[in-house]
Amino acid sequence: MRYLLMVKAGKHAEAGVMPSRELVDAMSEYNERLAQAGVLLAAEGLQPSASGIRIAYPMPGDHPVVTVGPFLEDKKLVAGYTLIDVGSEEEAVEWALRMPDPSGYGEGEIELRQLKSK
Amino acid sequence: MRFMMIVKATKDSEAGAMPSTELIEAMMRYNEELVNAGVLVAGDGLHPSSNAIRISYPEPGGKPKVIDGPFTEAKEMIAGFTMIEVKSREEAIEWALRMPDPHGFGEGQIELRQVFEAMDLTQDPELIAKEAALRERAERLKN
Amino acid sequence: MSASATHRTIDAIWRIESAKLIAGLARMLRDIGLAEDLAQDALVIALERWPDTGIPDNPGAWLMTTAKRRAIDLLRRNKLRDRKYEEVGREIHAYAEDDIVGALDGEIGDDLLRLIFTTCHPVLSQEARVALTLRLLAGLTTDEIARAFLVAESTIAQRIVRAKRTLNTAQVPFEMPVAHELKERLSTVLEVIYLLFNEGYAATSGGSWVRPLLCQEALRLGRMLAEIAPSEPEVHGLVALMEIQSSRFKTRVNAKGEPILLMDQNRALWDRLLIRRGLAALERARSLGRPLGPYALQAAIAACHAQARTAEETDWARIAALYEALARAMPSPIVELNRAVAISMAFGPLFGLQLVEELTSEPMLKDYHLLPSVRGDFLFKLGRFDEARSEFARAASLTRNERERDLLLKRVAECPISE
Repeated sequence: MRYLLMVKAGKHAEAGVMPSRELVDAMSEYNERLAQAGVLLAAEGLQPSASGIRIAYPMPGDHPVVTVGPFLEDKKLVAGYTLIDVGSEEEAVEWALRMPDPSGYGEGEIELRQLKSK
Repeated sequence: MRFMMIVKATKDSEAGAMPSTELIEAMMRYNEELVNAGVLVAGDGLHPSSNAIRISYPEPGGKPKVIDGPFTEAKEMIAGFTMIEVKSREEAIEWALRMPDPHGFGEGQIELRQVFEAMDLTQDPELIAKEAALRERAERLKN
Repeated sequence: MSASATHRTIDAIWRIESAKLIAGLARMLRDIGLAEDLAQDALVIALERWPDTGIPDNPGAWLMTTAKRRAIDLLRRNKLRDRKYEEVGREIHAYAEDDIVGALDGEIGDDLLRLIFTTCHPVLSQEARVALTLRLLAGLTTDEIARAFLVAESTIAQRIVRAKRTLNTAQVPFEMPVAHELKERLSTVLEVIYLLFNEGYAATSGGSWVRPLLCQEALRLGRMLAEIAPSEPEVHGLVALMEIQSSRFKTRVNAKGEPILLMDQNRALWDRLLIRRGLAALERARSLGRPLGPYALQAAIAACHAQARTAEETDWARIAALYEALARAMPSPIVELNRAVAISMAFGPLFGLQLVEELTSEPMLKDYHLLPSVRGDFLFKLGRFDEARSEFARAASLTRNERERDLLLKRVAECPISE
């Protein structure tokens, strides 16, 4: 089963603050471990929502409304994700717990979501 | 450049309601278009947040806090994502506009976010080289 | 956390840590049987204690330290050779420093590689290699392995015990193969992984819902091997082949469980992420700058199909050329038969037919139903219906698969009777 490990954006990530060198190192070490265990499918970081675009359909059947970022509710935005292929939910959680605190400043948050099976 | 098209969750998708046959078919046609254009990298739907888990680090250096779903703020949740590889931001927007309204009921919302390339993250050449090697080793997504 | 939730979590931790644990212990003890026993002991202690104490911050390090303490006790009791004892004694200090991850880093990959070379050692039977690899590297229980192969748990348990004994009797060292053996030993490892994959991939129906597990495990082992043996092109070739084949996993059978031919599959449903991973792995194999081996060539053929947006767009000329290269790397009449099909698709049935004619005297294909089936297809396309009919009938009489027989009999009926 596939799990998506979403890293939530904090204020710092949204402001475009670069992660510390220690964190970048710890993150690449973590990705290496995932790869070596054969569970890593993909890992990407997203640019801050300042360069994001939203397309909404407030009226069914009508034209979409396009808004450009930044978006305000920064706590809930996604800053990056890692896609893994594991045998159980527990295994996914164990891997997520091994990820370094992705943000620091008390803002770090990872959300795990199972992918609908293909 | 890569873009992630994030489909926002709604009350229905969070309740686990299945989309209509028409919508499923429209989505399939859309995915087919992406495949034929050679831009689709990955696309997946997510289970509702009822079986999601959140891990947070409220104190730097402290222990993580683990919380089980469901989470309440449906509008901020994600129901699925599609990753595309395109030449420009405009092309990404064009593709996103071609995606069928993912929910109907006036609730459909797609968010488009550009994916970081190694260069964006840091200017340190050693790290860039390391990241490049790691990307090749760990992700093996680029062809 | 409830007791059962803790147990499930411990299972997950075991799956993540067990291979590294066993590989690390085996390096110190030079005995994979003993290494597994000690790792299991540590697991049992964890199962007893963690429900009360909670799961430690670094469960992998905890398990390793616990297993090593047991190892020292055991070695003291058994008064085994001093050298072994000293080695463990020295290393335990590193763990006391509480920085196990750092202490082990860099060696884990080598240990895992030694472990897979041992579990796939040529002194073992093919069955034993498969069972031992699943057990020690994939961290599966004997029960899980037994269910995947649809045999009794006791059979698998027996097989594993005997395999360990064989390794002991043959005094197989826990070492990397020496240079001149490497190629052959590596191909044994790849064979085990691909066998697992095919075992899972071939199962399409009837009580076989656990079989995809084998595909998953094979893919995981392959991806792992690509990380720990990155300079071997055939490792990437095999990974590429498995990734691309897996991308069609859900489209190769219909709702009734009947196989759907590659050309008829809905390409929009192929998993693009796996295709990309496959193409990238193939590129890695190529970039090593050595001639492509059989796995990489098969992956390259699979890639041609994966890259064709519609069945009509398939680059058959390229596929025919790749089959020719494959026939040179791995001579086989079955490869020749596939080449004939590709040539017929690229250049017309007459050219395919010429190749197939040469194969009719091949003893290995004497009772192989696909030979008359392919020949019949070429003849049909050339309008030689009488000959085609008898070929399809012969193919139908040779196949043991009922669905295939029905399909072939249908083709018999489709051949117009000549005036």
